Amino acid sequence: MTRHMRRVVITGQGTINALGRNVPETLRAMREGRCGIGDLEFQDVERLSIRIGAQIKGYEAEASFNRQQIALYDRFTQFTLLAAREAIGQSGLSFSGELATRSGVVLGTSGGGMNTLDENYRTVYEDGKNRVHPFVVPKLMNNAAASHVSMEWNLKGPSFTVATACASSNHAMGQAMQMIRGGMADVMITGGSEAMLCFGGIKAWEGLRVMSRDGCRPFSANRNGMVQGEGAAVFVFEEYEHARARGAEILAEVVGFSMTSDAADIVMPSKQGASRAIVGAMRDAALNPEDVAYVNAHGTGTTANDKTECAAVADAFGHHADDLMISSTKSMHGHLIGGTGAVELLACIMALREGVIAPTIGYEEPDPECALDVVPNVARDVRVDAVLSNAFAFGGLNAVLALRAA
Amino acid sequence: MSDSIKDRVIAILAEQAMLEPGDISLDQSLEDLGIDSLGLVESIFAIEEAFDVSVPFNANAPTENRDFDISSVDAIIRAVQGLVATQAA
Repeated sequence: MTRHMRRVVITGQGTINALGRNVPETLRAMREGRCGIGDLEFQDVERLSIRIGAQIKGYEAEASFNRQQIALYDRFTQFTLLAAREAIGQSGLSFSGELATRSGVVLGTSGGGMNTLDENYRTVYEDGKNRVHPFVVPKLMNNAAASHVSMEWNLKGPSFTVATACASSNHAMGQAMQMIRGGMADVMITGGSEAMLCFGGIKAWEGLRVMSRDGCRPFSANRNGMVQGEGAAVFVFEEYEHARARGAEILAEVVGFSMTSDAADIVMPSKQGASRAIVGAMRDAALNPEDVAYVNAHGTGTTANDKTECAAVADAFGHHADDLMISSTKSMHGHLIGGTGAVELLACIMALREGVIAPTIGYEEPDPECALDVVPNVARDVRVDAVLSNAFAFGGLNAVLALRAA
Repeated sequence: MSDSIKDRVIAILAEQAMLEPGDISLDQSLEDLGIDSLGLVESIFAIEEAFDVSVPFNANAPTENRDFDISSVDAIIRAVQGLVATQAA
């Protein structure tokens, strides 16, 4: 490449999800192949036919936020702020003066303040009350999390929220990367969050008949659907020279990103759309297929996604597909919808930094339509230098990121 | 009673397929009728609402759906008749 391009590196990561309250706990669970899926616990769960999910059990907002904050922060905002504290804390950055104006937030979510909506609909429709809490709107809006991160950390540059269903986080992180590359910002706080595990959230999903009642088994012939999760992951994306000048520890480099649209169907995935996104991310990263050792799959555990994704990977990688490792960590942390790509990026960074490939757990029977190395059930120790992370959303919107070891 | 179940199921499928009920024959498949996966879940919803039954159907696991055969219009009618008989009991 002849043109000079600003490089983008990751200097902080944070999370809260069903596998752990922070990054070390989450990575330990991924290494051990532990499953975070269990019985859902919330009001009216007995009226659902789907009663499992990767829920953050024992979570108490009061342990991290005061009364005024809880009145304003939906669960998805709380998760975001907790993950952001860990990520920014690790980066060692503080934001003032010119850096504050050169730093922003772009986050993904699909449902936003779904719990707030559900609780307040219950108040007016079921309980018949005619008054709701005055902060319902600022609490439920999809950009609430991004705004509260900007306020808590004095981030005065470009900030917004991306909502592209299951690809929201990957689209958000791709925007963050491109904004730093393009010179619009030097630091971007990015990732995503979701808190859809409530009666209304699951009731809506039940109708599509794509949810499993008993477990998430991506790529396994006996898979029978997706299982939802909740939580957030947040990263500090920083311009490479800026990070180097201050001696920051670099966790990984974000080297490529690609977005495509199937322009075909509102729910069924397309091999061509997915494949073009994978190829596009490698091209943007100047990677050859042989350079990529691991792909964190979208791997939802539905019949349609898993076979289409495997066909797309085979198409994009050619003969190298047989040497590739591809795993779906949704088998452990569930499908966090708008936050899923962010939690899955943790597995990508673990692969690059520690040489540990997170497994696809729940794998029981080979499926000839998913005949790739899906790293079944047990994590694997392999040094890798470049990885991809796939996200393919309802609506046919695809977003793939490429990362390299620092 | 059975005839009315048959007619009502055909009416639901006809509406989904944007056809007249008289244009639907028992041996046609959903594919023949141009009903795709979204049309199927919408039809199942309509059947559940019309007959006050719960249809055991998971789009990901056709083999688990042996209690609700969707291979033809006739099969769907028989499956609904079975559900009405057992779930009304």
